[in-house]
Amino acid sequence: MEMICITCPKGCTLKIEQNNDKLIVTGNSCPRGVVYAENEIFHPMRMITSTVRIKGASIARCPVMSSVPVPKEKMFDVMKVIENTTIEAPVQCNQVLIHNICDLDCDLVATRTLKKL
Amino acid sequence: MIKKDLVIIGAGAAGLSSALAAYQNGVEEILILEKEEDAGGILNQCIHTGFGLHTFHQEMSGPAYAQKCIDLVEQTPIEIQTSTMVLSVSQDRVVTCSSSKYGLQKIQAKAIVFATGCRERSRGAIQLPGTRPAGIMSAGTAQRYLNIDGWLVGKKVLILGSGDIGLIMARRMTLEGAEVVAVAELMPYSNGLPRNLKQCLDDFNIPLYLSHTITDIKGHHRVEQVVLSQVDEKLQPIAGTEKVFDVDTVLLSVGLIPENSLLEDAGAVLHPRTKGPIVDERCMTSIEGIFACGNSLHVHDLVDFVYAEGQRAGKAAADYLHQIQPADKMIDVIAKGELSYILPQKLHPSDTKLFYRVKSPLKNCTIEISCNNQIIRTLKKPALIPSIMEEITIKKQWLDECDGPLVVEVKA
Repeated sequence: MEMICITCPKGCTLKIEQNNDKLIVTGNSCPRGVVYAENEIFHPMRMITSTVRIKGASIARCPVMSSVPVPKEKMFDVMKVIENTTIEAPVQCNQVLIHNICDLDCDLVATRTLKKL
Repeated sequence: MIKKDLVIIGAGAAGLSSALAAYQNGVEEILILEKEEDAGGILNQCIHTGFGLHTFHQEMSGPAYAQKCIDLVEQTPIEIQTSTMVLSVSQDRVVTCSSSKYGLQKIQAKAIVFATGCRERSRGAIQLPGTRPAGIMSAGTAQRYLNIDGWLVGKKVLILGSGDIGLIMARRMTLEGAEVVAVAELMPYSNGLPRNLKQCLDDFNIPLYLSHTITDIKGHHRVEQVVLSQVDEKLQPIAGTEKVFDVDTVLLSVGLIPENSLLEDAGAVLHPRTKGPIVDERCMTSIEGIFACGNSLHVHDLVDFVYAEGQRAGKAAADYLHQIQPADKMIDVIAKGELSYILPQKLHPSDTKLFYRVKSPLKNCTIEISCNNQIIRTLKKPALIPSIMEEITIKKQWLDECDGPLVVEVKA
């Protein structure tokens, strides 16, 4: 079976063979390709990026991301929490805004520094 | 008149990296002019991840990447003037700009780097039929509204064009609660990166209609319906293949055009295919001391490549200011066959790189580099697609021996 690795923009075409319970992955240019293929087959994971409302900054939204990929089927649960989040300026890039979002062992992190006006 | 060693127009990834490279190579008086309120360029609205793997060895969002560049610049004496619009640039490198803070300024620069980015092709540029209601805009405009201003521009969306911005917006609007009913692509293949087709469309079961285009838009105040038709090999709509979609929004992701109106007015020669200036391996345009890099030179897929090109332009501007001259010999580079374009279009003999794209997807092809029908090198490529820019390493000794234009051709 073949799949495109979405870990980075290189987009390697991975070839995957199943040998008993073990996956044999080829076509990857880095170790992350193997991790991606294993996850994609047994439990697909995705990074989430979005924005939260911010008060007191020069713009209305602060971009955010999940600190690690979350299970694909939980994406909309995480989005629901993000939608109901409002933060106050100032905020630092990489600052954790929500710890352990949806109990997924994943934090919600700001990806832009926004000063208080 | 204000005097500066180097004026850089645009504080996006290309402008910031060229400023840093120029500074690191000994240029003292550097001024960056930016029309937006904040430095960072288009990165600020590209909130998705996937940036920075090559340059900073970590995966970042666009704003985080921009922040990293801005932080590096802020550690230097490089000056950035934001909310500043450049009005004109003359051949003798006088930059006229205006801002509410400083009013009208004239700046005499010893060298200029254009890092003005690109703009999106509009509805008019592709002669889209139908009425002209609200709800039709470029994907990048919708991205700015959503990611910076917090406005979702529609609830039922059809996207024309499968370039990366269109794909990214399909996912983004879906996550924000809109329904993306279809992405239509005129060509029989997508122009987006394969990973974006997967994580932006397949993940959300958004259908991609290849070889389809919009043949009608209906609606008076707001978009009400869009008609898609299949196209033939000549890209002409086929009668009887119409599909009607009830949508309130149409996003256009139909290509990017380097922004070069100022450079063209200054008298630089543009390339008809790239729409960017004709440059040599130093990124110098046809005007002495004026350089170009990033998306204003040619549209890039990855910001890391933009950053690297900015570094080359900044280093070259520093060399120019320090009167380090290349060899007198100049060789034209000509793209042939299935090559869409090749950059730079001119080379002085040096160890350097060429960048190219193909016109359509190709498998098992060879790249042939020749001069006067003498083959210098052949490279095998298992697969080439238009959405991925490729590079070729060029050795100085090959060029030393050239007595005519360097021809690069792709053969299937």
